[in-house]
Amino acid sequence: MYKLFLRSLISVLFLLGLSLNANAEFKVGFVYVGPTGDHGWTYQHDEGRKAVEAAGIKTTYVESVPEGADAERVIRQLAQSGHDLIFTTSFGYMDPTNKVAKDFPNVKFEHATGYKREHSNVATYSARFYEGRTLLGHMAGKMTKTNTIGYIASFPIPEVIRGINAMTLAAQKVNPDIKTKIVWVFTWYDPGKESEAAQALIDQGADIIMQHTDSTAPVQVAEKAGVWSFGQASDMQRFAPKSILTSIIDDWAPYYVERSIAARDGTWKQQDTWHGLKEGMVAMAPYNSAMGSDLVKEVEQLQKDLASGKAHSFTGPIYDQKGNILVAEGAVADDGMLAGMNVYVKGVEGDIPQ
Amino acid sequence: MEVQLIKIEKRNDVSRSIYFLTPVLAIFLTLFGGGIIFYILGFNPIEALKFFFITPISDLYGLSELLVKATPLCLIAIGLSFCFKSNNWNIGAEGQLIFGGIVGGGVALLFYNHEGFYVLPIIILSGAIGGMLFAMIPAILKTYFNTNEILVSLMLVYVAKLLLDYLVVGPWSNPEGFNFPETRQFSESARMSILFDGLRIHAGIFITLITVFLSWLILYKTYLGFQIKVSGLSLKTAKYAGYKGKTMIIIVFMISGACAGLAGVGEITGPIGQLHRNISPDYGFTAIIVAFLGRLNPVGIIFASLIVALTYLGAETAQIFLQVPKYTGQVFQGMILFFLLGSDYLLFFKIKFLGLKKNEL
Repeated sequence: MYKLFLRSLISVLFLLGLSLNANAEFKVGFVYVGPTGDHGWTYQHDEGRKAVEAAGIKTTYVESVPEGADAERVIRQLAQSGHDLIFTTSFGYMDPTNKVAKDFPNVKFEHATGYKREHSNVATYSARFYEGRTLLGHMAGKMTKTNTIGYIASFPIPEVIRGINAMTLAAQKVNPDIKTKIVWVFTWYDPGKESEAAQALIDQGADIIMQHTDSTAPVQVAEKAGVWSFGQASDMQRFAPKSILTSIIDDWAPYYVERSIAARDGTWKQQDTWHGLKEGMVAMAPYNSAMGSDLVKEVEQLQKDLASGKAHSFTGPIYDQKGNILVAEGAVADDGMLAGMNVYVKGVEGDIPQ
Repeated sequence: MEVQLIKIEKRNDVSRSIYFLTPVLAIFLTLFGGGIIFYILGFNPIEALKFFFITPISDLYGLSELLVKATPLCLIAIGLSFCFKSNNWNIGAEGQLIFGGIVGGGVALLFYNHEGFYVLPIIILSGAIGGMLFAMIPAILKTYFNTNEILVSLMLVYVAKLLLDYLVVGPWSNPEGFNFPETRQFSESARMSILFDGLRIHAGIFITLITVFLSWLILYKTYLGFQIKVSGLSLKTAKYAGYKGKTMIIIVFMISGACAGLAGVGEITGPIGQLHRNISPDYGFTAIIVAFLGRLNPVGIIFASLIVALTYLGAETAQIFLQVPKYTGQVFQGMILFFLLGSDYLLFFKIKFLGLKKNEL
C-alpha cells in the first residue's frame, strides 16, 4: 500500500515536472569529464558549446563529472531541468546516457566516442582523428634523424591503436626505416605521468614526440629537450612554440551547432556520425615553417587528398607485426575494420597490453 | 620594539552541549563564508545558496540521490571513528574501499550469469573481508614493526588503485568491450535491489543503518568500546589498566577496513553495476571530514554524511542553473573542516593577552 502510494506520488511529480518543462525555452546541456581549462579534450568541447550559444541557443554545462555513479545523476538532472538535447562527451558516460535516455523519450542524447544506441533518442558521434595522425606520420618520417618516433598512448582501445597504426604507416611511406616506440600511461589526463613518458621516450632515442593524451605536458618536455612534437585536441602552439610542428584540432563546433538546430526544429534523427578532415571535425593547426616550405606543401596536399577521398589513411598493402596481410594491395580498410582495430601494423615495437 | 605577548591555555570546563553544537556553528559559518564567495564571484548569494542547498533535495529523486551519495560516506566514516577514537590514524580508507570493491567485483564476475539469492550476500561479505584484510596490513606493520600507520595506509591507496587499473585494463576487462578499461555489467543477481522504481536508492542503505547501530552498540555498550575510548584519551592509562594494545589496534583497523570494503562493494553492486577505474570519487578521503564533523559519534556521522553529500549535489545543481564553477563544492567541504577545527581550537584553548613587553632581541 505504502509502496503503491509512493509510486503514484513519484509519477505525479514526474508528470508535473514534464508539463512544467514542456513550454520552456529550448536548451542544450553538456557533460564534461575534465575541467574546461584543460587545454585539450574538454576545452575543445566547450569551444563547441560556445559556438552553439553564439548561434542563439541557450546552453548549460557541468564540468569534471566523474565517470562513476555521479554521471547518471548529472545527466538525469539536465534532462529533468528542461534540457532538450544533451551531449555527453566521454566514453565512460555510455551506459548512464542510455539509462537516462530510456526514462526521457522526449529528450535527445548524443554520446561521444561510444557504440551503444539502445534507444531511438540516443545518437553517437566521433571524429576520424586517425586522418590527422596520417599527416603527423608524414611529417615525423621526414623530420626524424634517429628514425625513432615516441608515442604516448592512453588506453589500448581501437581509437588509440588506429592512431598509432595510421601514423606509423604514413611515416613508413616516406621513411622505410622508421620505428615507433610506445609508452602506455593508462590515463587521459595526468601531466606528471605524461611528462615522465615523454622523457623516457626521448632517452630511448626518440626525436619526435606525439601523444594520445590530453595535457600539454608532453609538448613542454619536448620543447625543453629540443625535439619535435605535435599538439593534441587543441592548438598547443603557445606551450611549445619552437618544438610543435602542428596540432590535431578536434573541431566539434559545426556538428554541435547543426545538431542543436536540428533538435530545436524537430528534424533531429538518431545516427552514428564519424566525421574527419572532409567535414572539418578534424582540423590541423598552422604548420611550423621550421620544417621547410617543401614539406609544408606536401603535407597540405596530403591533407587535401585525405579530405577529398583521393588518399586514405589505411591503403593496402598493410601487414601486421608478424607479416600477415591485413589489407590487400590496392584496397582500403572499411569502417568496420577500423572501428574494431586491435592489432599493430608492422614497424610498431612491442605488444598491445591485454 | 614592543611586542604583544600571547599565552594559550587549556580550558578545563568544556560543556558537552557546546561540544556538539560547534559542528552546527561551523556549518553556519560555512554558509556565511560561501555566501561571501558567491558574492565575490558575482552571483546573488541568497539565490546561489538556495540552488546549492535546497534545490538538490526539493524532490523525491533528489532526496534519494542524497541518500545514495551519503551511504558510502556514512559507512566509511563510521569505520574510521573506531580508529580515530583510539588514536589510530587510518588515512587509507579509499584504498580499503577499492580493495573491497576489487574482491567483491571479482566474486560478482565469478558468479556471472548465475542466478540465486545467495549470490549477493556472498559478494557483499567478500567485499567486507577484502577491505578488512587490506586494512590489516598497516595495522600489523604498526603493531609488530612499529611503522607509521598514516604513511602505510595512505601509500596502500595507490597500490589498490593501480591493482584495479591493472585488472580492468587486462584480465578482467569485458571481452566484448573493445578493450575499454571496464568489466562486464554484473548480472541482476549480483545487484542491490532498488527500493522504489525510478529512484536509485538501494538496499545498501539498510546495511549502513545496521552498521551504524552495531557501531553504537560496540562503542558505548561493550568492554571493547570502553577500551577504545580509554586508549584514545590516554595510552598510558590504557597500559596501566592492562589492555592488550596490539590486539585492539588490529581490531579497530579490521572494523574500519570492513566498513570501507562494504562501501566499495555497495557502490559497484548498487549504482555502478560493474568495475571500472572510477568506482569512487575519493569517498575514502571525504569520509575523514565526515567522521570529524560528526564528532566520531554514530548519530553525528549520519547527519554529517548527509550534509557533506549535499555539498556534492549542490555543486552540480549550482553549475547547471547558475554556471557556478563546480569546484565550489570542494571549497565548501574545505570550509566546513576549517571552521570546525578553528572553533574546536577556541573551544579547548583560551587565548590570553599578556600585554606589551619590551623585545630583548
